[in-house]
Amino acid sequence: MDRKKMKKSTRSSLITYAMVIAVYIIVEIMLNTGNITSLMSGLLVPLCVYVILAVSLNLTVGILGELSLGHAGFMCVGAFSGAFFTKVMAQAIPSVGLRFFFAILVGAAMAGLFGIIIGVPVLRLKGDYLAIVTLAFGEIIKNIVNVLYVGKDSTGLHFSTKDAVSLKLGEGGEVIINGAQGITGTPHAATFTIGIILIIITLFIIINLVNSRTGRAIMAVRDNLIAAESVGINITQYKLLAFAISAGLAGVAGVLYAHNLSTLTALPKNFGYNMSIMILVFVVLGGIGNIRGSVISAVILTLLPELLRGLNNYRMLMYAIVLIVMMIFNSSPKAIEFRARMMEKFNGFKKKGAA
Amino acid sequence: MAMLEVKDLNISFGGLKAVDRFNITIEKGELYGLIGPNGAGKTTTFNLLTGVYKPDSGSISLNGKDITGKRTIDINQAGVARTFQNIRLFKNLSVLDNVKVGLHNNYKYSTIEGIFRMPRYYKVEKEMNKRAMELLKVFGLDGENNFKASNLPYGKQRKLEIARALSTNPMLLLLDEPAAGMNPNETAELMETIRFVRDKFGMTILLIEHDMKLVSGICEKLTVLNFGHVLAQGKTTEVLNNPQVISAYLGD
Repeated sequence: MDRKKMKKSTRSSLITYAMVIAVYIIVEIMLNTGNITSLMSGLLVPLCVYVILAVSLNLTVGILGELSLGHAGFMCVGAFSGAFFTKVMAQAIPSVGLRFFFAILVGAAMAGLFGIIIGVPVLRLKGDYLAIVTLAFGEIIKNIVNVLYVGKDSTGLHFSTKDAVSLKLGEGGEVIINGAQGITGTPHAATFTIGIILIIITLFIIINLVNSRTGRAIMAVRDNLIAAESVGINITQYKLLAFAISAGLAGVAGVLYAHNLSTLTALPKNFGYNMSIMILVFVVLGGIGNIRGSVISAVILTLLPELLRGLNNYRMLMYAIVLIVMMIFNSSPKAIEFRARMMEKFNGFKKKGAA
Repeated sequence: MAMLEVKDLNISFGGLKAVDRFNITIEKGELYGLIGPNGAGKTTTFNLLTGVYKPDSGSISLNGKDITGKRTIDINQAGVARTFQNIRLFKNLSVLDNVKVGLHNNYKYSTIEGIFRMPRYYKVEKEMNKRAMELLKVFGLDGENNFKASNLPYGKQRKLEIARALSTNPMLLLLDEPAAGMNPNETAELMETIRFVRDKFGMTILLIEHDMKLVSGICEKLTVLNFGHVLAQGKTTEVLNNPQVISAYLGD
């Protein structure tokens, strides 16, 4: 009985990995045979970014059960700290690939750290209140990055929140983060292959975390705070852990994002609340707590607007509608009843077919 | 040394003295009942004993160790486990996982070992599964280990809650209305189970119950609460024949 269950969860995760690898192989073949438009191939890395974001947010929303609307903020932290690292270490580590690798680690660590710093005060709240506060923190992060000036010269790093001139850089100094103009000249190190590898690492971390002692504790906190406490689970610790891991992985997505652009700026479009909500839509559409669903919905919802370019202006409208419909379908009692009835019918049909 | 010794426990909410000078001494291995009319302060007492509320004054000692005012998780680690009046299971987890959450502090491996599936993960998980299945077997739930907890019938959910409480390896088990909502057959079965738990695990059990058949059937001693006060205390038969207790329950 027990072995069967282990097999079931292992099989489910194997299907997820296999799916990602299959898509990778197909896309690689299409790329090599030239069967892909340049528009689509330009979308491949962002696709990986969104998948990682969706899967990592699912840890907070689905597994921990807390609504967070600040995921783009953590992505922003990862993107800027990663790109900053790449620029600063340009001489110290000449190899672009190696620098990118370390940049990912730095981005993940910084975003995770921000997750802890923000999580400590914020995770005392629940539900809508938490959502609002995380939304605010996401915006704060974006706005701080917009007024941040960092330069480097022979004497070391200089910081300012006023303008590039007040950095007072010495001879041969270079402005690395130039306020609203962001970071320019990050090498294009991000490729589809690296993106897929990062997706698989993200999936590996989250799936294995969920099916472990820690994951059980996190889900226990989600299902019943008081009962979790009564069996000796440290609620604060596990909430914070899940939030920080989720933020750290968003940071990884950010680094990948940053290394796909020549100019990295913190605009409302890429790191604002619209982005956070879009990631949440991926999670809700894919099914809260359903990791594979997040992957699929992130891919579909990213590709769809590109495929329906004529409708591009209605994109946000479409998202809103999809979100509302899915919420009704997922949570309204009538819809649940209907789904259960359909499942029963389907199962009965299957049994009949077998007999 | 008494397993649980509570002296002059007090708590008030606003002007209401919910629990007033509560005293109780429970010896190891005793099956002790806490009864009283609705609103008498029974569940509040449980919440004080498990650290959900901090007492205004008074002391609680478990097996000679002072646990007054400690956090819920520390009190659990010290050896107090409980169930709830309104069932609080981890609804979306499997029956087996519910018990494994209870084993959390006694079977350990780190998060990193869990993510990277190091040898200790497999070793500890195997031990956890074994222990959890043993516990489920005691309650006849081993056949349903894969069920989602919320899909269990009511009586079995109550049993699972007891199994989960026991999985934290407590010295003292607090049961808050274990028979609530059960039919007479289920109650009779539950009485057997509670007695069995006491005998098999050498557990000390304090239970709140309204079902007098269960109380008089298995409790050796009783404390009766009324409006936060201890009304009567002692051997079950004596307490139940106490005129004050009868009038508190039936009115004058």
